[in-house]
Amino acid sequence: MTWESVIGIEVHVELSTESKMFCGCAVDFGVEPNTNVCPVCLGLPGALPVPNRRAIEWIMLIGLALNCEVTERSVFHRKNYFYADLPKGYQISQFDIPVCHDGYLDVTVDAETRRIRIERAHMEEDTGKSTHVGHGGRIHAAESTLLDFNRSGVPLVEIVSRPDIRGAAEARAYAQGLRAVIVELGVSDARLEEGSIRFDANVSIRAVGDEVLGTKVEVKNMNSFRSLERAVDYEIERQIAVVETGGELTQETRHWDEEAGVTQSMRTKEGSSDYRYFTEPDLVPMVMSAPWVDEIKQGLPELPANRRDRYSKAGLDADLAGVLSSSPAEIRAVYETATTAGANHRRAANWMVGEVTAWLRRTGTDPAELPLDGPQLAELVEIVDEGHVSSSAAKEVLEGVLSGEGQPRDVAKARDLIQISDVSALDEIVAGVLADNPEAVDSYAAGEQKVIGFLVGQVMRESQGKADPKLVNQLLREKLS
Amino acid sequence: MLHEVTIAEAGKRLRTGEVSSSDLLDAALERASRTEAQLHAYLTIDRDGAREAALVADADLEDGIDHGPLHGIPVALKDNMCTRGVETTASSQILAGYIPPYDATVTRKLREAGAVIVGKTNLDEFAMGSSTENSAYGTSYNPWDISRVPGGSSGGSAAAVAVGSAFAALGSDTGGSIRQPASLTGVVGMKPTYGTVSRYGLIAFASSLDQIGPLSRSVEDAAITLEAIWGHDPLDATSYAGDYPKPSAALSNGVSGLKVGVVKELAGDGYEPAVESAVSAMVDGLSDAGATVVKVSLPTFDIALSAYYLIAPAEASANLARFDGIRYGHRGEGATTETLMARTRAEGFGPEVIRRVLLGTYALSAGYYDAFYGQAQKVRSAIQEDFVRAYQDVDVLVSPTSPTVAFEAGARVDDPLAMYLSDICTIPSNLAGHPAISIPIGLDTQNLPIGFQVMAPALGETIMFQVASAVENLADFAERPILEEVAS
Amino acid sequence: MGTGGAVSYTPTTMPIDIDIAHVARLARLDLTASELEGYKTQLGVILDHAAQVQSLEGDPQEETFHPLGFVNVFRSDERRPSLDRDEVLSQAPETEDGYFVVPPAMETD
Repeated sequence: MTWESVIGIEVHVELSTESKMFCGCAVDFGVEPNTNVCPVCLGLPGALPVPNRRAIEWIMLIGLALNCEVTERSVFHRKNYFYADLPKGYQISQFDIPVCHDGYLDVTVDAETRRIRIERAHMEEDTGKSTHVGHGGRIHAAESTLLDFNRSGVPLVEIVSRPDIRGAAEARAYAQGLRAVIVELGVSDARLEEGSIRFDANVSIRAVGDEVLGTKVEVKNMNSFRSLERAVDYEIERQIAVVETGGELTQETRHWDEEAGVTQSMRTKEGSSDYRYFTEPDLVPMVMSAPWVDEIKQGLPELPANRRDRYSKAGLDADLAGVLSSSPAEIRAVYETATTAGANHRRAANWMVGEVTAWLRRTGTDPAELPLDGPQLAELVEIVDEGHVSSSAAKEVLEGVLSGEGQPRDVAKARDLIQISDVSALDEIVAGVLADNPEAVDSYAAGEQKVIGFLVGQVMRESQGKADPKLVNQLLREKLS
Repeated sequence: MLHEVTIAEAGKRLRTGEVSSSDLLDAALERASRTEAQLHAYLTIDRDGAREAALVADADLEDGIDHGPLHGIPVALKDNMCTRGVETTASSQILAGYIPPYDATVTRKLREAGAVIVGKTNLDEFAMGSSTENSAYGTSYNPWDISRVPGGSSGGSAAAVAVGSAFAALGSDTGGSIRQPASLTGVVGMKPTYGTVSRYGLIAFASSLDQIGPLSRSVEDAAITLEAIWGHDPLDATSYAGDYPKPSAALSNGVSGLKVGVVKELAGDGYEPAVESAVSAMVDGLSDAGATVVKVSLPTFDIALSAYYLIAPAEASANLARFDGIRYGHRGEGATTETLMARTRAEGFGPEVIRRVLLGTYALSAGYYDAFYGQAQKVRSAIQEDFVRAYQDVDVLVSPTSPTVAFEAGARVDDPLAMYLSDICTIPSNLAGHPAISIPIGLDTQNLPIGFQVMAPALGETIMFQVASAVENLADFAERPILEEVAS
Repeated sequence: MGTGGAVSYTPTTMPIDIDIAHVARLARLDLTASELEGYKTQLGVILDHAAQVQSLEGDPQEETFHPLGFVNVFRSDERRPSLDRDEVLSQAPETEDGYFVVPPAMETD
């Protein structure tokens, strides 16, 4: 039996607005518990919600960036359930008329690109945070629970894909790709470790060719892209094992245990939840008019996929285009300026994703502090293209520029890295070396081509390493033939 | 006597210097001390806070600072409106001892208008009821006959105004909870257009139906009080941001040339004869005064009650979910949060509240939503359409406020449905979000007040008050309840 | 009906049957068996009456119910002062180091 996995991913994104979704409390992380709270986000009697306009504009932006339709008339709903960190006993969310619907994200795995459809993106509010104290901090063995409502009411966008994803690698790629879009839009820090982006996977299996969907299992608690891939992988294998040994799968929620490397069943609920959705009576409908949507569209930045295409068209191969495209904005900005000034695209890109990125990492420098601008990169590329410095010497030049020694030409001069490219000067040195090494000349004449390397080395030594090796090679061959 | 005068009259005397705000407060407090033992209109009397406010009001007037018609006037607030630093319970055990850390917008507006807040009045728990008997702190009684209820849920506010321990009071009206007690206690009570008075700080019962409004001893007082508390509030997303009418300026315009529709469905079987004849006489009076009177049929009114008793409890079941014993209020015992919540709520809520929470939960639950809540919303749409159609032909609609006069305490507590039927005249305007007012027009043979209801289209307060004022003049209802004062 | 009289209503003989225990669980109400029985009966009668909504002729669009029908009410993304934590926690049944304290949570419903 050949199995295929059918996977859908739900993403929750905390928006980095100034204030919360329905009140003016600050969206701030790492502050003292229960200091960013008010009657609204605490669920005090008599409090009322008022929606944050920026959050609505940002969910529209997210939807447009994911190729979604923006609903013309949308409303909020109450999702009713009881939980200690849900102060009103209901969450203001959206049920059947989400702000955005029917979009997609193209995902590439092993050079194959597939389109993953996005069912919807809707607006809701986050809950407070529970800390379980007791034995080991795990929910099942806790003695009590501490509640902090600072996070209660933070704007949350939920993005739901259709079950188009196949396999754990694609699941990971989808998650990463989605995150890249979110980061590009600047609407969220989207950090998995911090919880400002969260992924849940719905995993089922079926025989290849089968149309019917298998039993769906929800997997939660994946706190890194790696654990997402591992968890989905594990779950697929687990489900296959159950079915192949004649067992039955339960529709349930499972918790990924990173340490043990397994998904574990959470306490089974009695039946599925009845959220008793109804239209939120404390809010009025939202009408996203065509002019408003167009205004938001104008604000869309270039998205990673489009950027990759542009780089490819400029001559970068797929890998280079990909790496550069997902490099930090500051890296890309230097590349853009340099190439606009005429620098060769491929060489400029290679410098940025190669030596420059390595330098940043080595020195622990934040990309925002990069001490290299477009003109400098352009000049660096130019002096190599001119033959003014060798490509290996250019690395030292770059090092000098990054250390603040000056512009590339000046650094090359100051560090005495300028190649000798003057033919007549080289000619003299080459002639001298040939005269000094008659055995090598004879070897070459006898057919030993490799002796050229030795001779080039001699010329380099005579010129204190400054001879342009390409030119030397060329001159030697001319003279030897 | 000073405690009996209207706000308009008290305001005049304040500005001539004949009385001070402190005098007015003294009169109200003195009256309270002599009637509370029998009426139990108040849950909290904030003597210190009120005294301070009165002193400030007097000092301001002396300095030439005049905040308007409510300046220096002692008023009471129903105890489902948040008052910072003053216990607010919604008449429930689940909020026993709860001190809100913020003021409701109406509280703030009253303070800014220079009003003197005397205290918090009794209500049916979470405003669910028509008699105030559902209060967890004991019922209130009707000043006209203390064996009878003052109506509900704003029974405490109505009793206080009727007897003179406040010059006006705020109530809340979800299915008639201002108008019905006003009718049963012989005072004026009105529900504004939905969205004109902020609900921020009103402990929610049914969000799409609740509105705060005034209870007072005259139509003019009601207009004055309304104008002090209504207006756009950015803290309430359902709050109207457009132009507001000025009803207090139109009171003496009369009814000549106006078309008055008598609602056919709000009469007949179940309506006390005294009520029907008083209402009928008033309709004739309006006709004599120059109004054109027609009979109007709004057939959906027959199922309005049914729709209301699905929509209101459904919204309430969600609004009351926040009472879980975690952040404030009563907490029951429990080894897990789940059991703690269930214990808290079973202990903290009274039977009527539990009934409505169960009802609302059921109406929203999977499998039942379409037939009950969903269908009720369709009925609501149909009711709104009926109103729109009717208002093409008439300017206002009239009816009794309540089918009966005040009933005896205990008479309906064991029969929830009988209790619900008291709201049959008032509910339609809540479902439509339209303004409506009750004016006392006379007494029956048992000396119990009868109320006349005027309904108008959304934002039609001007014409509504205009007609109400005419009704008031025609009724010339000057009687006051004769309550033997008993020092408490 | 009581001495006050009321608009009359004659219930049908078959009040609607409800799984009251399930509803009470959904609503987090820990009621005794006899309380549940009592509410079940009462709710049956009320729902029987409320079911009249099904007699509506026609199928009006479920509109929004605000009589003034406005849309797009928002606030700008600006911070406003939060509550003083001490005042907030003073109302709580149990707190610790700035947190609200509760027993361990069960699964959500």
